[in-house]
Amino acid sequence: MKVLVPIKRVIDANVKVRVKADNTGVETANVKMAMNPFCEIAVEEAVRLKEAGTASEVIVVSAGAAQAQETLRTGLAMGADRGILIQCDSDPEPLAVAKLLKAVVEKEGPELVILGKQAVDNDNNQTGQMLAALLGWPQGTFISKVEKTDGSFAITREVDGGLEKLEIKAPAVVTTDLRLNEPRYASLPNIMKAKKKPIDTMTPADLGVDVSPRLTVVSVTEPPARKAGVKVASVAELVDKLRNEAKVI
Amino acid sequence: MSTLIVAEHDNAELKPATLNAVTAAGQLPGETHVLIAGSGCGAAAEAAAKVAGVDKVLKADDAAYDHHLAENLAPLVAKLAADYSHVIAAATTSGKNVMPRAAALLDVQQVSDISAIEGEDTFVRPIYAGNALATVKSSDAVKVLTIRATAFDAAPAEGGSAAVEAVESTGDTGLAAFKGQELTKSERPELTTAGIVISGGRGMQSGENFAMLERVADKLGAAVGASRAAVDAGYVPNDYQVGQTGKVVAPDLYVAVGISGAIQHLAGMKDSKVIVAINKDEEAPIFQVADYGLVADLFEAVPELEKELG
Ligand SMILES: Cc1cc2nc3c(=O)[nH]c(=O)nc-3n(C[C@H](O)[C@H](O)[C@H](O)COP(=O)(O)OP(=O)(O)OC[C@H]3O[C@@H](n4cnc5c(N)ncnc54)[C@H](O)[C@@H]3O)c2cc1C
Ligand SMILES: Cc1cc2nc3c(=O)[nH]c(=O)nc-3n(C[C@H](O)[C@H](O)[C@H](O)COP(=O)(O)OP(=O)(O)OC[C@H]3O[C@@H](n4cnc5c(N)ncnc54)[C@H](O)[C@@H]3O)c2cc1C
Repeated sequence: MKVLVPIKRVIDANVKVRVKADNTGVETANVKMAMNPFCEIAVEEAVRLKEAGTASEVIVVSAGAAQAQETLRTGLAMGADRGILIQCDSDPEPLAVAKLLKAVVEKEGPELVILGKQAVDNDNNQTGQMLAALLGWPQGTFISKVEKTDGSFAITREVDGGLEKLEIKAPAVVTTDLRLNEPRYASLPNIMKAKKKPIDTMTPADLGVDVSPRLTVVSVTEPPARKAGVKVASVAELVDKLRNEAKVI
Repeated sequence: MSTLIVAEHDNAELKPATLNAVTAAGQLPGETHVLIAGSGCGAAAEAAAKVAGVDKVLKADDAAYDHHLAENLAPLVAKLAADYSHVIAAATTSGKNVMPRAAALLDVQQVSDISAIEGEDTFVRPIYAGNALATVKSSDAVKVLTIRATAFDAAPAEGGSAAVEAVESTGDTGLAAFKGQELTKSERPELTTAGIVISGGRGMQSGENFAMLERVADKLGAAVGASRAAVDAGYVPNDYQVGQTGKVVAPDLYVAVGISGAIQHLAGMKDSKVIVAINKDEEAPIFQVADYGLVADLFEAVPELEKELG
C-alpha cells in the first residue's frame, strides 16, 4: 500500500513568536522554521509501516512557499521515498489544502493518508477531517495507534474522556496525536541520501484547484499579558493568601 | 437567520461545554437551535430543551449516531445547515472531529476555537499557542465555528422550555464502526469545568506520586491535570493533558506542581483566575505567570499543603 503524508513548514515550536508592530501577522523574518511536530509523527508512522513491510511507498507532500522544499527534504531524510511540492504564493487555508491534497490522492492512489492533528502555528485542527470529507473516506483523528487489518484499519483515538477504538474501512485518512510514536532524528548519511530523492513541483493551477481564501485576517494582536505575582515563603503563607487575599479556597 | 448548535451528550445528559456554546450562540443573530443526534437520546433532548436561551431542539435518534461517528454525523449537520447562518460546536475532541468534516461538505472554511465574537462574520481566535490573537472575517455563506468553552460562560441548565422536533436520519455510511472505549474513571470534577485544578508535571517523578496531588484535590474539590511530559512518561492518562494540544482550562484556581511552564502548557491554563506554582527552580518560567509562587521541593510542600488544608 502507498502512504501519503502531508507535512507543513511552521515556525519552530520552541520559538516564542512575536506579533508584528503593524498588527498584520507575526514576525517570520529570520525566525527558525521546522516541520510541524505532528507531521514528524506522521512521517515516522509511515516510515515504520514501510519498515514493517505494510507500506510499499511513502510520499511526502507540502503546500506552501518554495522553502517548503526544506521540510520535504527532512521528511525524505527520515525515510520517505519521494516528495511533492505544491507551490503557493501564500499559505493556503485548510479547506484549500484539503482540495489540493484530494487532487494528489486522486493522482497517486494511496490507501492511507497520515496527517498531523494540528499545525502548531494556526492550530486549526481541520485539514485531515476536510480531506476525508472531500474524498468520502473515513477518518481516524487524534490517533495513538493504527494497525492495518483485512480491508480496514484498527485505530485508537485520544479523546476527552480517555481512549476510543474504531475500525475504519480502507482507504482512510488518519491524524496523529502525541503518543503515536517518538519521531527519529535523521542521520547524516540519510540526510545526504535524501538530497538525491526526487521532489516533483506543481502549482494549484496544475491540479485545477482554486485556493482563494475565504477568511480575511482583520488584525493580529498580542494577548493581554499576565503579570508575575509574588513569591510566598511557606505553604502556610500560601494557604493564607488563597483563603484571605484571593479568596479562591 | 439562526444558529444551530451541534450538542455533545451521552444520550442521557448534555456535556457541560454545550452550555457554553449556547451562550456563544446568544451573541449571534436569530434563534438558537440545538441538534441532539444520538441513539436513544430522548433524555438528552429533554435536557437541551430546558436550557435557558434555547428556542428549539432537533432530535435525530438513530443507531447510526451512537458515539457521534463523524462519518455519519457530518452529513446530517451539513444537510441541516441549509437553514442556518451559523453552525457551532464546542472545541472538544468531538467538535474538532465532526465540524471540519461538515464544513468541507458545505465547502466552508471553518473558524476554529474562537474566543470572542466581534460580529456576525468576525471572530477572534488564539494562534501560535495563544501568543497572538487573530481577528478573522469569514466570507462564507454559512459560518461553521468551534468555540473555546472557557471563553464563554455556561448558560443556565434550567429555565428554558423549547419544543423538541424529530428530524430524519441521514443513515449509516458504513465507513466506520465503534469497537470500544477506555474511559478514565474519576469521582472528581471534570477537568475543563472544575473550579479548581491541580496539575502535576515531570517533577512528580512517577504515577504513584500523583496520589499526593489527588489527596489535595479531594480536600479542595479540585480536578487533577498534567503536563504533556507527565502524560508522555505514562504517569497519568492522555485525557489529563492541559495545553495547546491538550485541554484548555480556566478555573478560579490553577495549581501547577513540578511544571516548568513551557509555552505549550501555558496556552492551556493562562486564562485561569489565580495561578499558583510550586517548583524547586526559582528561574522556572511558570513563575512569570503565577500570582503566588512557592520555591520548594514538591515532595515536602504538597504533603504540607494537604495538612494545612485540614
Ligand atoms: C496571522 C494569520 C492568521 C491566520 N488565521 C487563520 C484563521 O483564523 N483561520 C484559518 O483557517 N486560516 C488562517 N490563516 C491562514 C493559515 O495560514 C492557514 O489556515 C494554515 O496555513 C493552515 O492551517 P493549519 O496549518 O493550522 O491546519 P491544520 O488543520 O491544523 O493542519 C493539520 C495537518 O494538515 C496538514 N497540512 C496543513 N497545511 C498543510 C500544507 N500547507 N501542506 C501540507 N500539509 C498540510 C499537516 O499534516 C498538518 O499537520 C492565518 C494566517 C495568518 C498569517
Ligand atoms: C507539538 C508540541 C505540543 C505540545 N503540547 C503540550 C501540551 O498541550 N501541554 C503541555 O503541558 N506541554 C506540551 N508540550 C510540551 C512542552 O513543550 C513541555 O515539554 C512540557 O510542558 C514540559 O512538561 P513539564 O513542565 O512537566 O516538564 P519539565 O519542563 O521537565 O519541567 C519539570 C519541572 O519540575 C520541576 N521539579 C522537578 N523536581 C521537582 C521537585 N522535587 N520539586 C519541585 N519542582 C520540581 C523542575 O524544576 C522543572 O521546572 C508540547 C510540545 C510540542 C513540541
